[in-house]
Amino acid sequence: MSRNVNFDLSHPLMEAGLESPADEEGVHDSFQQLIAEHSDNGAASSALELQQLQSDLDEESRDNMPLSGPEHEHRRRQGASDLECDGGEREMDPIQGEGWSSDTLKILSSMPSRTIGRNRGAIISQYCNKTLKLRRRRQTRPSIRDFSPSSRPSIRSYGMEGDTTDAEVSKRERLVNNLQNLPVSDRVRMLRGMPLSVAEKKEIRNLVMQKEKRILSNKKLSCCSQLKYYIIIAARKSWYSWLSFLHSLQPWQTLLKRVSGRFGTGVLSYFLFLKTLVFFNVFLFLVTGAFLVLPQAVHPPYRDTTSFSGLELLTGAGSFSHTVMYYGYYANYTLPRRSRDEGGGQNASTLTSDSQQFSYNMPLAYFFTIGMAFFITCIILVYSMSKTFGRSFRINKSNSILTMKTFSCWDFKVIKKKSVQIMSENIGTQLKELLAELTQKHTKSTFCKRFCRLMVHGVAWTICIASTTGCMAGVYYFSEFIHKDLQQNHRNLDVNPLMKEAKLLSLPTVVSVINLLLPALFNLVGWMETYESPSVFAYVAIGRNLMLKMSMLGVLCFHWLGRVAPEYKSIGLTCWEDFVGQELYRFLLMDFIFTLLDTLFGELLWRLFSEKVLKRKRKPVFDIARNVLDLIYGQTLAWLGVLFSPVLPVVQILKLFLVFYIKMSSVMLNCQAPRKPYRASQMTTIFITLLCIPSLLGASVCVTYTMWSITPSTSCGPFRTLDTMFKAGKHWMEILEKDNPSLSVLSKAHTYFVENPFFLFVGAGIFLIVIYFHSQVVDGQRKIISLLQDQIQNEGEDKKFLINRLQSVHKQKQDAGKHLKSQDSTC
Amino acid sequence: MGNKQTIFTAQQLFHRYRDLAPQLVPLDYTNHPDVKLPYELIGSMPELKDNPFRQRIAEVFSEDGEGNMTLDDFLDMFSVLSEMAPRDLKAYYAFKIYDFNNDDFICKSDLEKTLNKLTRNELTEDEVRMVCEKVIDEADLDNDGRLSLEDFQHMIVRAPDFLSTFHIRI
Repeated sequence: MSRNVNFDLSHPLMEAGLESPADEEGVHDSFQQLIAEHSDNGAASSALELQQLQSDLDEESRDNMPLSGPEHEHRRRQGASDLECDGGEREMDPIQGEGWSSDTLKILSSMPSRTIGRNRGAIISQYCNKTLKLRRRRQTRPSIRDFSPSSRPSIRSYGMEGDTTDAEVSKRERLVNNLQNLPVSDRVRMLRGMPLSVAEKKEIRNLVMQKEKRILSNKKLSCCSQLKYYIIIAARKSWYSWLSFLHSLQPWQTLLKRVSGRFGTGVLSYFLFLKTLVFFNVFLFLVTGAFLVLPQAVHPPYRDTTSFSGLELLTGAGSFSHTVMYYGYYANYTLPRRSRDEGGGQNASTLTSDSQQFSYNMPLAYFFTIGMAFFITCIILVYSMSKTFGRSFRINKSNSILTMKTFSCWDFKVIKKKSVQIMSENIGTQLKELLAELTQKHTKSTFCKRFCRLMVHGVAWTICIASTTGCMAGVYYFSEFIHKDLQQNHRNLDVNPLMKEAKLLSLPTVVSVINLLLPALFNLVGWMETYESPSVFAYVAIGRNLMLKMSMLGVLCFHWLGRVAPEYKSIGLTCWEDFVGQELYRFLLMDFIFTLLDTLFGELLWRLFSEKVLKRKRKPVFDIARNVLDLIYGQTLAWLGVLFSPVLPVVQILKLFLVFYIKMSSVMLNCQAPRKPYRASQMTTIFITLLCIPSLLGASVCVTYTMWSITPSTSCGPFRTLDTMFKAGKHWMEILEKDNPSLSVLSKAHTYFVENPFFLFVGAGIFLIVIYFHSQVVDGQRKIISLLQDQIQNEGEDKKFLINRLQSVHKQKQDAGKHLKSQDSTC
Repeated sequence: MGNKQTIFTAQQLFHRYRDLAPQLVPLDYTNHPDVKLPYELIGSMPELKDNPFRQRIAEVFSEDGEGNMTLDDFLDMFSVLSEMAPRDLKAYYAFKIYDFNNDDFICKSDLEKTLNKLTRNELTEDEVRMVCEKVIDEADLDNDGRLSLEDFQHMIVRAPDFLSTFHIRI
């Protein structure tokens, strides 16, 4: 789509283009030098690519000729014509390889696209345009024109703005005006994005604020809106001071800086992920602590007299089992209790007579707290997932790999000398590899080769799937065996209690061993395969590891919810939820112990071994993906266990703290910076997604299933007399309805919406429609992007054409001049 | 701008600036004293000491273009290189940093210098030349043989790692 541009030199736009750089003072004087060198004999400006032009110009123009108007252009051209033809063709512009005349070059250099980003005046006018566009966009429907965030002021936008020969001051005034009329968030974003120095931004901001204050004081604000205004300002100030306080509390700042200084962004992302998990668990604990643990701890239902022996820390049972730590301790009545008898008829329905006192409905609180905690965690995770997605995934595939590698590969966070050296070597290697890849003729691999490769892939996947299934079956039968063993032990009562407790640790140990050894097997298998790119290999490894962990968790959930929960009496339990909570505690603990062992053997001993025995200089590399998946696995266990043990987040927090320090010291001592390229932002997105989709989703599904269909134990816990935990909510609705008949609407709504599966189908249908709509929008945007790319190419062609025309017109004039001169001379 | 980073780290950064030369930098900045720290001091900061681009970074952010920075320049530098800076701003300054000859274009010679600094002159001449050609091929949209600011920004938009690597932790 080419436009017909008026090629008249006396056109005001041309004039403006010629004049604008001369007017504005700039940080980079490269332009002024081009003009100034007319007056002096050319300080060789290193900024000029038109360096070879200098000698030309010096010879050409002896007098000061300010670039002021098109008339001078013509005159200068004619005057310089005799030197020009002698000067000959020189290689100036890299594309064409022809010699451009000085005038052509001057016009080239003053083109709008080449002055943007150059000096302050240009920046201000550019942002003036941007804010104007933004204002218009906010007021009207966005047009297709506004889609691409290009900073390039096309000729169209010049027209929109009028002339650009205003002085900088008035431009700034207009910018301030525009900024003022934008909503606050847009304004802040614009100001932050402006590439001006801090002092200038402050000035502009003050001007905007001043104007605002003046306008406000002029308007006779009613006292209500003034009050609202002051409240908002005060709230914002207090929010900022709270944020700065939080920021100063940032744990581990110096340690993280040390890690990033030595190992770069990749390894840092593991520790940042750990930090995120700590915050999730802190949030979870605050919620459960405030609403469940605290009220129950203040009104203990009974006192337990079991003494503390060290084994509790390992098994979680013993003296821990009758504390706030587990589900069974929690009351199933409204706190504080008035009546004497335990269990039986006393359930949530009894609103005691002294209702003016603080009453806390424990079962309801338990149900809603867990539900809300999961819901809010889900929202936070989905929000952060969408944010990182937006940052790291792009709509269309980019094929400028080499460019991206050149410009975004250098990790500025790395500050240790040795690591910088290693990074330089790595980048060199990667560039060489990429170059080799790009330049080699892509030989079509023979059918035989491809078939071989597929076979190898097939064998590898078979091994992986077979081993995973084998381990699943192993864990299934082992858990069945343990179950039967417990049943037997219950029948014969002469078993050593210590043995019994120790036996409970066997299942967690087996699962942890499998989680440790099988990924190593997957790695081995992966070595024999060949992949097109190392990132595909990384994804496949993550996929296999994830498959293993999720299948393990699936089998365990089946074991607990499908085997232990229905038959808990046969193994001598009064409270199966307590038992499951304790199991999860044991699993978390075993996971921690095995992480410790893995760090010890995998990193420390391996380093000693490779140094002393193999005599290699290379230390082991920190496997980021495997460690992150271990963290995700631990977090899934914690989420599964919150329902049964509200204090489990505390255990998880302690575990994460210890893991942080252990891994940090191990990485510093034993590992070296990774050699392979690691795309940190993509990987972070993947890990957050994995935390959300299989991990949190799986845990929520489990918890929902437990609440919906499994019968709680009859003699402990807040739901002991109900059929399912979910009935607590329903019960409460019925009671509310009984007491206040006007609220029957609510309970009817509850019946129709929450319990009716039809509503869920409708909800899912709407959700799918929204997703379809968004995917269509993305498709449309993709099309627009390709159209705009074509447009850019066309405009490039236009530019080339115009330059060539300019040059040929100039040549014609030269030739005509030469012809005249020769005619003159002959006469 | 009022976000938590500027509130908290402005203080921290002032103290870091002051620590570079306590005798030159007064504690009291209310009269806006005109203090410029020479490039040698800035370049000796642990965050920049071993960075091959430290000279360009100092030159880009300093007022005089030589690397001697006032406190404002210093704050500017670390705020652009922080986590909070928007992508376009970072791309703008990265462009300036990689533009060695300050002509507002990244031409072939700029690219060669960049590559040599990145790889510490490990690539051969041929390889450097080929990489430069490929880069210009890939990224030059308006076909003038060198990268302008928009070409650079256009490419950066597609590089998700840029935000995390163009970041100095203070």
